[in-house]
Amino acid sequence: MPKQITINGHKQDWWEGMTVRDALKIMNYTFPMLVVKIDNELISRDKYDETTIPEGAELKVIHLISGG
Amino acid sequence: MKSRSDIKPSDYFCERDPLAFPLWQKAVIGIAGAGGLGSNAAMLLARSGIGKLIIADFDHVSISNLNRQFFNLDQIGLPKTKALEINLTRINPFIALEMHQKRVTRNNIPTLFKEADLMIEAFDKDSEKLILIETWQQHFPKKALIIASGLAGYGRSEDIKIQQEGSLYIVGDQCSALTPGIAPIAPRVMIVAAMQANLALQIIASKH
Repeated sequence: MPKQITINGHKQDWWEGMTVRDALKIMNYTFPMLVVKIDNELISRDKYDETTIPEGAELKVIHLISGG
Repeated sequence: MKSRSDIKPSDYFCERDPLAFPLWQKAVIGIAGAGGLGSNAAMLLARSGIGKLIIADFDHVSISNLNRQFFNLDQIGLPKTKALEINLTRINPFIALEMHQKRVTRNNIPTLFKEADLMIEAFDKDSEKLILIETWQQHFPKKALIIASGLAGYGRSEDIKIQQEGSLYIVGDQCSALTPGIAPIAPRVMIVAAMQANLALQIIASKH
């Protein structure tokens, strides 16, 4: 069984040292403004490259879209 | 024509929900932005009997706002905070309003909205939405923040949903981006604003 995390409810393979940026790339989330939460903790935008995801974590990625 | 002095609060607030209404009267709701979302959410919350609103916006009413925002032709050129204060008071003379005619920034969010029990994000730009989310979660992680994302166009009302992530709530379809040169259209903006206001009432009422 490969090690996994959950991204927006979908199971994804996980590897040691996997960053938020890696996860966004895998999911093809290219929207300019995103909200990323790991196990309900907000990850700020300038930390996507350095923040590693723990095994089994639950990632939530919310698209922020202009308009109001 | 009735003026405030002719109206008793007991008459104005009659036939209200006996459990929720006292909580709404005590509540303070912050609204960041007084455009399509903010002006309409404020109108709904004023009608519902929220005790106090803190509203911040730097902008002035322009003619292109009138397809969706809660302003009138004769208010073009007025600061949105001023025009909205007039319009809300014409609906509910008993609501307390704290209007700030200024741009909401990372630095002033904690002070401007310190008193708010709950926050409604009503900005236009995605980057401003993100600043509010980051700042709010940093300073008031336990207080609810209701943001809007994805409301452009028309139709597809059933795609507009609410997602909850801890104290952060996201209202919208999370996919409809603005079409260049086309402003958001009243009904879908109103649906999202109404869902934000409705959720705010629910969260406050759940405290009893």
